[in-house]
Amino acid sequence: MTTPVLSTRGLQKSFGSLVVASDIAIALPQGVRYALIGPNGAGKTTLINLMTGMLRADAGQILLGDDDITALGPEARVRRGLVRTFQINSLFPDLNALEAVTLAICEREGVSRTWWRPLSAYSGAVDEAYGILKSLMLAEVCYRHTRELAYGQQRLLEIAIALATRPKVLLLDEPAAGVPREESAELFAAVTNLSRDITVLFIEHDMDFVFRFASRIIVMVGGRILLEGTPEQISADPRVREVYLGGAHHG
Amino acid sequence: MASVAPAISGPHQYLQAQTRWSRVEIAFWLATLLPFVVAPNYLVLASQVAITALFALSLDLILGYAGIVSLGHAAFFGFGAYTAGIISKYGWGEPLSGLLISGIAAGLLGYLMSFVIARFRHLALIMITLGFGFLLLEAANSASWLTGGADGLQGVRMWPLLGIFKFDLWGVTSYWYSLIVLFLLFLVSRRLIHSPFGLSLRGIRENIVRMRAIGAESRAHLQKVYTISAAMAGIAGAVLTQTTETVSLGVLDFQRSADLLVMLILGGAGRLYGGIVGAILYMVARDQFSGINPQYWYFPIGVLLIAVVLFLPNGILGGLAKITASERLQKWMRTLPPWLRGAS
Ligand SMILES: Nc1ncnc2c1ncn2[C@@H]1O[C@H](COP(=O)(O)OP(=O)(O)OP(=O)(O)O)[C@@H](O)[C@H]1O
Ligand SMILES: [Mg+2]
Repeated sequence: MTTPVLSTRGLQKSFGSLVVASDIAIALPQGVRYALIGPNGAGKTTLINLMTGMLRADAGQILLGDDDITALGPEARVRRGLVRTFQINSLFPDLNALEAVTLAICEREGVSRTWWRPLSAYSGAVDEAYGILKSLMLAEVCYRHTRELAYGQQRLLEIAIALATRPKVLLLDEPAAGVPREESAELFAAVTNLSRDITVLFIEHDMDFVFRFASRIIVMVGGRILLEGTPEQISADPRVREVYLGGAHHG
Repeated sequence: MASVAPAISGPHQYLQAQTRWSRVEIAFWLATLLPFVVAPNYLVLASQVAITALFALSLDLILGYAGIVSLGHAAFFGFGAYTAGIISKYGWGEPLSGLLISGIAAGLLGYLMSFVIARFRHLALIMITLGFGFLLLEAANSASWLTGGADGLQGVRMWPLLGIFKFDLWGVTSYWYSLIVLFLLFLVSRRLIHSPFGLSLRGIRENIVRMRAIGAESRAHLQKVYTISAAMAGIAGAVLTQTTETVSLGVLDFQRSADLLVMLILGGAGRLYGGIVGAILYMVARDQFSGINPQYWYFPIGVLLIAVVLFLPNGILGGLAKITASERLQKWMRTLPPWLRGAS
């Protein structure tokens, strides 16, 4: 077996007496499209925060390939290819889409330290940004301020900015939250069609999309991983039906 | 400054258009020469305005672009002013090298401060910069053997500029000098904000959390811009010393930091020209008003400040940009001959 691109061992996190991550061990192989599901408050976002370093784990390890990255800060993890998007839009309201994506590319390339050459001199970065925006159907609106974009376009921009960092592993926190169904399908199709060099893990509440677009699924409940498997295994498992599929409607 | 947006054909053209000089800008800088012709009796004031505009520009770089709030920027202005004064008092009155040394000194102080500044935001920053300003004022006050304390620094004598132009009583040399320094540092700032570094600063202002999530070196960026801004403020202070040949504790006063913030907010932060326009309006208005009724100066300023914040949240320039961007005006503009439209 080859080394997983991203793995965790015994990850632990509590907020006071509330345990939000308990002995989390996952291993994502290269190129897989993973869905992370579970009821509200299961600790899914927290897990992304832990893996990306936005929260410090109380115990446990996080490995990117063979490297232990547990001690690294979020910026360093991003530079190594572990990148996320946000459940609630976290964008640059007063920048336009072209600037936002170019910004991420300039930071990646280290040219953001340059203050004596104009941005337009970096035509490679600009072309790349435009290409990413085009692939996500944002080319038309790329000169518009982010805050003026439609909500669905803002969700796409979340992904565009993340892609501009050239991720190895992309963690998407409910990328389609609040987007109309038809647009969600397009969005997920775009995500799953990304290069197989990028391993994707996405959080999603809509089971249709999960079963359509994920090749493997992780189920989290109450800060624990309940189950991990193929969509067939997950849909057949009685425990999943009980805690998640069968119960009250979620999301 | 706002101009009619040309049709965009691609991302490169768009970005190039951002950096192009508009006619409004060129007209503005030509207009800064007008005082020599129309108001030769006001060149001393004009020089003070140019110095303050430079000071405001330095604040705009950190506040308007990077989102660092500062209520103590006079610390660097004053540090530069005293450095220039002390060098001259102890025998070196050459203005240009004095300016350079003062800029470097203030930049170094800014660099040291930046280690603290880059770690905080919002209210904490206001308190830290405020405290730092008080600290420096008290230090200058008690070190009277060096600074002259409350009596001010005596014995500042500047040599003629380039060995030729004496700093005269009418302010002719002073205004030329302040204006050229302002313009050169404006060019530097203009370059900076259109660079990848400038884009990163705006990213920090807009969303520092997201900057972490794209692996940005926010802290290094903040330290760098703070250092540059401090150096610019120091140069502004040094020009004041050199053109007036005195330094008083007023250069470090809290009032100076607060006035500066007011000017920048009035003019419009994050627009490069906001501080300059704000400084012109504020200083000229103060000059006119205090001739009539000095003790009531802050009354109209208070009213104006509240009005601007309520009705023009992006300052006067922000309001103007909004008007010029409006559909109706654009339509009307299209009926004008091209040379009048402000597009290049
Ligand atoms: N910073 C925090 N401090 C205290 N409690 C927190 C914090 N962040 C999250 N929690 C709590 O931890 C639990 C897990 O939250 P988390 O956001 O990870 O859930 P989630 O699975 O992403 O839920 P959702 O589907 O609603 O997004 C919740 O009960 C939440 O209230
Ligand atoms: Mg969540």
